[in-house]
Amino acid sequence: MIEIDNITKVYDGRPAVDSVSMTIESATITAIVGTSGSGKSTLLRMVNRLVEPTSGQVRINGEPTAGLPKNALRRRIGYAIQGHGLFPHHTVARNIGAVPRLLGWDNDKIHTRVNELLDLFSMPPDEFRDRYPAELSGGQQQRVGVARALASRPDLLLMDEPFGALDPIIRTRAQTDLHRIQRTLGSTILLVTHDMEEAIQLGDQVAVMDQGQLVQHGTPAEIITNPATEFVAEMVGGVDRPLRLLSLLSVSQILEEGAAEGEPIDEKSSLREALSVCLWSGRNAVPVERNGNPIGRVTLEAIRSRAEGTHEPG
Amino acid sequence: MSRANFLRMIVVLLLLALVLQPEWFAPIFAPFTPPGAAVIYDRTSLLSLSLSHLGIVALASVAAIVVAVLLAILVTRPQGKAFLPLSRTIANMGQTFPPVAVLALAVPMLGFGAGPTLVALFLYGILPIFENTMTGLSTLPPATMEAARGIGLSRWQRLLQVELPLALPLILTGVRLSVVIAIGTATIGSTVAAHTLGEVIIAGLLTNNTSYVLQGGLIVGLFAVLIYDALTQLEASIRKRLGVA
Ligand SMILES: Nc1ncnc2c1ncn2[C@@H]1O[C@H](COP(=O)(O)OP(=O)(O)OP(=O)(O)O)[C@@H](O)[C@H]1O
Ligand SMILES: [Mg+2]
Repeated sequence: MIEIDNITKVYDGRPAVDSVSMTIESATITAIVGTSGSGKSTLLRMVNRLVEPTSGQVRINGEPTAGLPKNALRRRIGYAIQGHGLFPHHTVARNIGAVPRLLGWDNDKIHTRVNELLDLFSMPPDEFRDRYPAELSGGQQQRVGVARALASRPDLLLMDEPFGALDPIIRTRAQTDLHRIQRTLGSTILLVTHDMEEAIQLGDQVAVMDQGQLVQHGTPAEIITNPATEFVAEMVGGVDRPLRLLSLLSVSQILEEGAAEGEPIDEKSSLREALSVCLWSGRNAVPVERNGNPIGRVTLEAIRSRAEGTHEPG
Repeated sequence: MSRANFLRMIVVLLLLALVLQPEWFAPIFAPFTPPGAAVIYDRTSLLSLSLSHLGIVALASVAAIVVAVLLAILVTRPQGKAFLPLSRTIANMGQTFPPVAVLALAVPMLGFGAGPTLVALFLYGILPIFENTMTGLSTLPPATMEAARGIGLSRWQRLLQVELPLALPLILTGVRLSVVIAIGTATIGSTVAAHTLGEVIIAGLLTNNTSYVLQGGLIVGLFAVLIYDALTQLEASIRKRLGVA
């Protein structure tokens, strides 16, 4: 558990982060979202003390970070940033193994761990271990950057717009990968993004920042249905709100008995996808299946009722 | 063999021949020799002059590299920023001082011989290396530096494992400039009795023997070209490795 306790950073008399407090539960993803200059990076960087807070405290599992040696603290916390920041003069394997090497792991253990991570990110070790960052695509570089952050199995991972530089398709895939990996490893992730869409997709919790202040902290559904301020409402985006809401719900949540015509969809699909299928194929209901077996249907009517602003999501 | 390598080989062979078998070139140099004078310089072996010339250049360059790089590291640390203007001024002064003046000033202190030349070449060599190293160390990719700090590398580890290796191509550019300047400038050292190839050129100038001047000039020039080329290639291969082509 990470506790950020009334933390402030003042630059030149102006607070970049202004009395922010929040608690991050272990094994969850918290997405910090906000416009440019709202203090997201500064907040994140105070957690691993790349920035020293002007006042306030960060505690990791109850232990104040201020008392720990900086470099030891940072080696314990995974850190991935926009533009990956790989060491261009080191191979992929050496980049990923950087923190384990700092921690004094033996070579065999590092070797195995690097291969494990490359496999996890669908980059065959034989092919990629000995390449240099310049010999990778942007998406691959970014994955290696995230792999480096994960290498020593840190409990806590800080990510500052890790997917910012990726094209939309690669980006979606990287997000899915991260989500899967986080669920498998049970890591706690604090992720900065300026993209509300990404925050909603990835975050178990979303923290919205505006001019250095934390204006709302809650589940994606709370943020969408109950924006605390004008600013949050604007971030969530009036027009897209119903669609964003639907993307958080899965078909299985409004499953009905009965049959429907045409191509079925999987029960894990989001209501947004179901809506899309309905509209595209001109149907009022779509059959739903689980592991390839029909289990019921979802109707356009039910989807619509879920998308109405007043309706609390289930 | 590529065209460039073929050319390199020719130049190396030409240089070796000029140094080891200068009499082969007598027919070529003869027209530039005044009547009655020797065509080929034979007062000292050209090999010994070449080795001593290169030795002086190497010694002065190594000293210049050490001092310039240390200075550049110092002024790019947060605590050393204050020294930046001062060290710039000093390095610039070393450069603007004419080498002959350095020799003249150094002789009374160090006497005749290699000493004053070493000092002049050393002072001359600092600026290009210092400027380049400083540029290299202050224009490192920000994301890489941020990551280096963020994953918990200490200051020393960052300097040795990240900053210096990444600045290496630029440092080498400085070294290359500085070494090539030193190879040329070392010839002047002969005026204060340093054992360099300048001896051949000066003997030619004193006796109006153009063929000596040509011989000395050609050997110095070819050394400069070959060393420049070798350092350029080294730099290119490092750049390629760093993916900054
Ligand atoms: N080292 C610094 N010195 C002075 N001001 C700073 C420094 N770092 C950040 N700031 C200021 O603090 C404010 C917040 O910056 P921060 O980098 O945290 O924003 P951000 O939310 O991450 O923005 P972006 O989305 O553009 O990355 C900005 O106004 C910025 O100019
Ligand atoms: Mg930022």
